[in-house]
Amino acid sequence: MKNIKITSEKLSVQECEQHVSHDGCGGIVVFIGTVRNSTKGKAVKGLEFECYEKMAVKELDKIADHAIDELGALNVAIHHRTGAVPIGEEAVVIAVSSAHRKAAFEACEFAIDTLKVTVPIWKKELFEDGEVWVSAHP
Amino acid sequence: MKIELIAFGIARDIVGTGKLVMNIKDSGTVRDVRLELLATFKDFEKLASLKLAVNADYVEDDFQLSPNDEVVIIPPVSGG
Repeated sequence: MKNIKITSEKLSVQECEQHVSHDGCGGIVVFIGTVRNSTKGKAVKGLEFECYEKMAVKELDKIADHAIDELGALNVAIHHRTGAVPIGEEAVVIAVSSAHRKAAFEACEFAIDTLKVTVPIWKKELFEDGEVWVSAHP
Repeated sequence: MKIELIAFGIARDIVGTGKLVMNIKDSGTVRDVRLELLATFKDFEKLASLKLAVNADYVEDDFQLSPNDEVVIIPPVSGG
Protein backbone atom coordinates (compact mmCIF):
# COMPACT_ATOMS: atom_id res chain seq x y z
CA MET A 1 0.00 0.00 0.00
CA LYS A 2 1.24 3.45 -0.81
CA ASN A 3 0.15 6.89 0.27
CA ILE A 4 1.37 10.02 -1.49
CA LYS A 5 0.49 13.52 -0.34
CA ILE A 6 1.58 17.01 -1.36
CA THR A 7 0.15 19.74 0.81
CA SER A 8 0.69 23.32 1.94
CA GLU A 9 -0.53 22.32 5.44
CA LYS A 10 1.81 21.37 8.28
CA LEU A 11 2.86 17.71 8.00
CA SER A 12 2.05 15.13 10.65
CA VAL A 13 4.69 12.48 11.34
CA GLN A 14 2.09 10.43 13.20
CA GLU A 15 -0.33 10.48 10.28
CA CYS A 16 2.40 9.38 7.89
CA GLU A 17 3.38 6.54 10.22
CA GLN A 18 -0.22 5.41 10.60
CA HIS A 19 -0.49 4.96 6.84
CA VAL A 20 2.23 2.30 6.83
CA SER A 21 1.45 0.56 10.11
CA HIS A 22 0.51 -3.06 9.52
CA ASP A 23 0.28 -6.23 11.64
CA GLY A 24 2.56 -7.99 9.17
CA CYS A 25 5.40 -5.52 9.59
CA GLY A 26 8.21 -5.95 12.05
CA GLY A 27 9.59 -2.47 11.68
CA ILE A 28 8.83 1.04 10.51
CA VAL A 29 11.50 3.50 9.40
CA VAL A 30 10.53 7.17 9.28
CA PHE A 31 12.65 9.89 7.69
CA ILE A 32 11.79 13.47 8.60
CA GLY A 33 13.38 16.23 6.59
CA THR A 34 13.28 19.49 8.56
CA VAL A 35 14.14 23.09 7.80
CA ARG A 36 17.61 24.00 9.08
CA ASN A 37 18.41 27.49 10.39
CA SER A 38 21.60 27.94 8.37
CA THR A 39 23.33 26.92 5.17
CA LYS A 40 27.10 27.15 4.69
CA GLY A 41 27.33 29.27 7.82
CA LYS A 42 24.70 31.78 6.69
CA ALA A 43 21.48 32.27 8.66
CA VAL A 44 18.34 31.05 6.89
CA LYS A 45 14.98 32.64 7.72
CA GLY A 46 12.90 29.87 6.15
CA LEU A 47 12.25 27.89 3.01
CA GLU A 48 9.72 28.15 0.25
CA PHE A 49 8.80 25.11 -1.83
CA GLU A 50 7.29 25.16 -5.28
CA CYS A 51 5.94 22.07 -6.99
CA TYR A 52 4.72 20.82 -10.37
CA GLU A 53 2.11 18.79 -8.58
CA LYS A 54 0.76 16.54 -11.32
CA MET A 55 4.23 15.25 -12.17
CA ALA A 56 5.53 15.24 -8.60
CA VAL A 57 2.72 12.87 -7.57
CA LYS A 58 3.57 10.63 -10.53
CA GLU A 59 7.28 10.54 -9.68
CA LEU A 60 6.62 9.93 -5.97
CA ASP A 61 4.31 7.11 -6.99
CA LYS A 62 7.12 5.51 -9.02
CA ILE A 63 9.44 5.74 -6.01
CA ALA A 64 6.88 4.03 -3.77
CA ASP A 65 6.30 1.33 -6.39
CA HIS A 66 10.02 0.59 -6.63
CA ALA A 67 10.35 0.46 -2.84
CA ILE A 68 7.52 -2.08 -2.64
CA ASP A 69 8.18 -4.14 -5.78
CA GLU A 70 11.98 -4.25 -5.68
CA LEU A 71 13.16 -3.41 -2.18
CA GLY A 72 10.81 -5.43 -0.01
CA ALA A 73 8.82 -2.61 1.57
CA LEU A 74 5.28 -3.50 2.69
CA ASN A 75 3.82 0.00 2.83
CA VAL A 76 5.21 3.39 1.86
CA ALA A 77 3.92 6.88 2.69
CA ILE A 78 5.57 10.01 1.31
CA HIS A 79 4.25 13.42 2.37
CA HIS A 80 5.83 16.61 1.06
CA ARG A 81 5.01 20.16 2.02
CA THR A 82 4.82 23.12 -0.36
CA GLY A 83 4.76 26.87 0.15
CA ALA A 84 6.51 28.61 3.02
CA VAL A 85 7.96 26.32 5.70
CA PRO A 86 9.42 27.89 8.86
CA ILE A 87 12.66 26.79 10.59
CA GLY A 88 12.29 23.50 12.47
CA GLU A 89 9.15 22.30 10.70
CA GLU A 90 8.94 19.22 8.49
CA ALA A 91 9.41 19.66 4.74
CA VAL A 92 9.12 15.95 3.98
CA VAL A 93 8.10 12.83 5.89
CA ILE A 94 8.70 9.35 4.52
CA ALA A 95 7.49 6.26 6.37
CA VAL A 96 8.28 2.73 5.24
CA SER A 97 7.21 -0.51 6.86
CA SER A 98 8.54 -3.98 6.14
CA ALA A 99 8.59 -7.47 7.63
CA HIS A 100 12.24 -7.05 8.66
CA ARG A 101 14.07 -3.80 9.42
CA LYS A 102 16.78 -3.98 6.74
CA ALA A 103 14.32 -3.60 3.86
CA ALA A 104 12.64 -0.63 5.56
CA PHE A 105 15.97 1.19 6.11
CA GLU A 106 17.05 0.56 2.52
CA ALA A 107 13.73 1.51 0.96
CA CYS A 108 13.47 4.69 3.05
CA GLU A 109 16.98 5.80 2.05
CA PHE A 110 16.22 5.00 -1.58
CA ALA A 111 13.02 7.05 -1.37
CA ILE A 112 14.59 10.26 -0.03
CA ASP A 113 17.70 9.96 -2.25
CA THR A 114 15.58 9.49 -5.38
CA LEU A 115 13.08 12.18 -4.41
CA LYS A 116 15.92 14.70 -4.38
CA VAL A 117 16.92 13.73 -7.94
CA THR A 118 13.69 13.12 -9.84
CA VAL A 119 10.69 14.80 -8.19
CA PRO A 120 9.84 18.26 -9.61
CA ILE A 121 9.87 20.23 -6.38
CA TRP A 122 12.01 23.33 -5.93
CA LYS A 123 13.29 24.87 -2.72
CA LYS A 124 14.16 28.51 -2.22
CA GLU A 125 16.24 29.55 0.78
CA LEU A 126 15.26 32.89 2.25
CA PHE A 127 18.03 34.99 3.81
CA GLU A 128 18.02 38.42 5.47
CA ASP A 129 19.58 39.89 2.33
CA GLY A 130 17.97 37.88 -0.43
CA GLU A 131 16.87 34.45 -1.65
CA VAL A 132 18.45 31.55 -3.54
CA TRP A 133 16.99 28.60 -5.48
CA VAL A 134 18.81 25.59 -3.99
CA SER A 135 21.02 23.46 -6.30
CA ALA A 136 20.13 25.55 -9.35
CA HIS A 137 23.77 26.28 -10.23
CA PRO A 138 26.75 23.92 -10.32
CA MET B 1 3.37 25.46 -34.50
CA LYS B 2 2.78 27.18 -31.20
CA ILE B 3 3.89 25.39 -28.02
CA GLU B 4 2.88 26.62 -24.61
CA LEU B 5 5.60 26.29 -21.99
CA ILE B 6 5.18 26.31 -18.22
CA ALA B 7 8.10 27.43 -16.07
CA PHE B 8 8.76 26.64 -12.41
CA GLY B 9 11.36 27.70 -9.85
CA ILE B 10 14.38 29.51 -11.19
CA ALA B 11 13.14 28.89 -14.75
CA ARG B 12 10.18 31.17 -14.03
CA ASP B 13 12.57 33.85 -12.75
CA ILE B 14 14.73 33.51 -15.87
CA VAL B 15 11.89 33.80 -18.40
CA GLY B 16 10.08 36.35 -16.24
CA THR B 17 6.71 34.58 -16.39
CA GLY B 18 5.12 31.27 -15.47
CA LYS B 19 3.78 30.65 -18.97
CA LEU B 20 5.15 31.50 -22.37
CA VAL B 21 4.32 30.61 -25.94
CA MET B 22 7.05 29.51 -28.34
CA ASN B 23 6.91 29.09 -32.10
CA ILE B 24 8.73 26.02 -33.37
CA LYS B 25 8.63 24.22 -36.71
CA ASP B 26 5.79 21.72 -37.24
CA SER B 27 6.75 18.26 -35.94
CA GLY B 28 9.48 19.98 -33.91
CA THR B 29 11.11 18.19 -30.99
CA VAL B 30 12.02 18.91 -27.41
CA ARG B 31 15.54 19.66 -28.68
CA ASP B 32 14.13 22.58 -30.73
CA VAL B 33 12.51 23.99 -27.61
CA ARG B 34 15.69 23.57 -25.58
CA LEU B 35 17.85 25.30 -28.22
CA GLU B 36 15.38 28.17 -28.53
CA LEU B 37 15.30 28.60 -24.76
CA LEU B 38 19.11 28.64 -24.53
CA ALA B 39 19.32 31.12 -27.42
CA THR B 40 16.70 33.47 -25.96
CA PHE B 41 17.55 33.29 -22.26
CA LYS B 42 21.33 33.10 -21.70
CA ASP B 43 20.90 32.41 -17.97
CA PHE B 44 19.71 28.85 -18.71
CA GLU B 45 23.32 28.02 -19.64
CA LYS B 46 24.38 28.73 -16.06
CA LEU B 47 22.07 26.09 -14.55
CA ALA B 48 23.37 22.72 -13.38
CA SER B 49 20.81 21.04 -15.66
CA LEU B 50 17.85 21.88 -17.86
CA LYS B 51 15.24 19.19 -18.45
CA LEU B 52 11.89 19.30 -20.15
CA ALA B 53 8.82 17.32 -19.25
CA VAL B 54 5.96 16.57 -21.63
CA ASN B 55 2.56 15.67 -20.21
CA ALA B 56 4.12 15.18 -16.76
CA ASP B 57 6.90 12.78 -17.84
CA TYR B 58 10.60 13.33 -18.44
CA VAL B 59 11.33 12.91 -22.15
CA GLU B 60 14.42 12.62 -24.33
CA ASP B 61 15.49 15.45 -26.64
CA ASP B 62 14.20 13.69 -29.77
CA PHE B 63 10.61 13.54 -28.43
CA GLN B 64 8.29 14.94 -31.11
CA LEU B 65 5.88 17.58 -29.85
CA SER B 66 2.22 18.20 -30.67
CA PRO B 67 0.47 21.55 -30.21
CA ASN B 68 -1.60 20.39 -27.23
CA ASP B 69 1.26 18.88 -25.24
CA GLU B 70 1.87 20.24 -21.77
CA VAL B 71 5.55 21.19 -21.89
CA VAL B 72 7.22 22.14 -18.63
CA ILE B 73 10.71 23.54 -18.09
CA ILE B 74 12.35 21.60 -15.25
CA PRO B 75 15.38 23.35 -13.73
CA PRO B 76 17.49 21.39 -11.17
CA VAL B 77 15.08 19.97 -8.58
CA SER B 78 15.68 20.41 -4.85
CA GLY B 79 12.87 18.80 -2.91
CA GLY B 80 13.19 17.17 0.50
